[in-house]
Amino acid sequence: MEVIDLAWWKLGLAALLVLALAATGYRSRLGISRSLLIATVRTVIQLALIGLVLEALFASSAFYWIALLALVMLLVAGREVVARQGRRLKGWWAFGIGTGAMFVSSFTVTVLALTVVIGPEPWYTPQYAIPLLGMMLGNTLTGVSLALDRLNDAVWRQRAVIENRLMLGQTWQQALEDIRRDAMRSGMMPSINAMAAAGIVSLPGMMTGQILAGSPPAVAVKYQILVMLIITVGTGFGAVMAVSWGGRRLFDERERLRLDRLLKP
Amino acid sequence: MTGLLLEDVSIGGLREVSLAVPGGQVVCLSGPSGSGKSRLLRAVADLEPHGGRVSLNGTDQQDVPAHQWRRQVVMVPADSQWWFDEVGAHFPDTAGGQFPAALGFPSEVMGWSVSRLSSGERQRLALWRALVLEPEVLLLDEPTANLDSDSTESMEHWLSGEIRRRQIATLWVAHDPAQIHRVANAHYRIQGSDLELVHGSD
Repeated sequence: MEVIDLAWWKLGLAALLVLALAATGYRSRLGISRSLLIATVRTVIQLALIGLVLEALFASSAFYWIALLALVMLLVAGREVVARQGRRLKGWWAFGIGTGAMFVSSFTVTVLALTVVIGPEPWYTPQYAIPLLGMMLGNTLTGVSLALDRLNDAVWRQRAVIENRLMLGQTWQQALEDIRRDAMRSGMMPSINAMAAAGIVSLPGMMTGQILAGSPPAVAVKYQILVMLIITVGTGFGAVMAVSWGGRRLFDERERLRLDRLLKP
Repeated sequence: MTGLLLEDVSIGGLREVSLAVPGGQVVCLSGPSGSGKSRLLRAVADLEPHGGRVSLNGTDQQDVPAHQWRRQVVMVPADSQWWFDEVGAHFPDTAGGQFPAALGFPSEVMGWSVSRLSSGERQRLALWRALVLEPEVLLLDEPTANLDSDSTESMEHWLSGEIRRRQIATLWVAHDPAQIHRVANAHYRIQGSDLELVHGSD
């Protein structure tokens, strides 16, 4: 089965619908038109560019180009983690902890899936590696930023409780116990919900895409299961690392709560 | 030297404060609000970075892990915090049996929900929560601020008795001159960046 290519002017038709939505929003003063249009333009430009990059990358298949693209994706994701936190650690800590957690979890799980589970030859074949890593990073990014945002915000709000627990001789881990659990839960919730709803409420995007591209549904389903499992694992480990590193940084070597290390939103 | 010893402690506006509190004695601190009384207690509990040295029975604060220090040097803040739903969850399992009658609670208090406690009740329970840890030092930040005058005196009486019986070195932040007169073995007032001795041991 051959895939039906989309002409650019046909995408223009879809864009007209967005314009109609923006116009509606403008007339009824919903205050969404501006960000809607900016996001639409961004998505068109970004995806068109990545299309060109992927075309070139698939043609060359050199390891260092793939590694370079992966690095750029990671750094952009790290920046996004910082931007999504209301109160965040000062200096490079917010970026470093977020990026570090995403790097360790996403890259490990992606490489593991590529080498052990899928097994393309060579293992970094861009057709497999880049989309997989992209999905991993996109979801880990959500998990890590939700978890860190929740952690910092809860510590800020509950500083009196934390300090009272310290006054009673608890270790910083004990004083942070409840908050750490909450932060982990918010980080993991999106992937757990996605797994629970998959196939019944929603047909996941990747599977839909693969079926549209002509894969038999049975193959698409297996890939989708693989992707959802590794996304959950990656998000979970990413959130665990981010919460434990972030929590550690909120206390100093004398187990004092150091809110001066948080930036005001 | 036994007891709590502060040598040249500096924190906030306070400079080079030196002070000794022997076990079983109460040293009261007073001064205008914002003069740094609470922060001095926080420095002794090692909750804030500070200059100088603090030691307990000859052991330096910085030589023991912070949570072990705070296990012996327990601070009770002016507004105590409660993070579980039930009162009893904040206490070790053994604390319920020996609940002191002087606190004025029925023995079921451990099963009460925290949300029904008044601020005065929380304050009295916070003192008991600190005492069951069997500390060597108590740092009390206006422990009777939310109590009426009757229960203030009975709390003072009970607390002084426990402090003497358990030989706890106590730093007690207070406003009321009459209370200071009743409980203090020594009284220091904060004057600018210094401590000034108001009267010696009686």
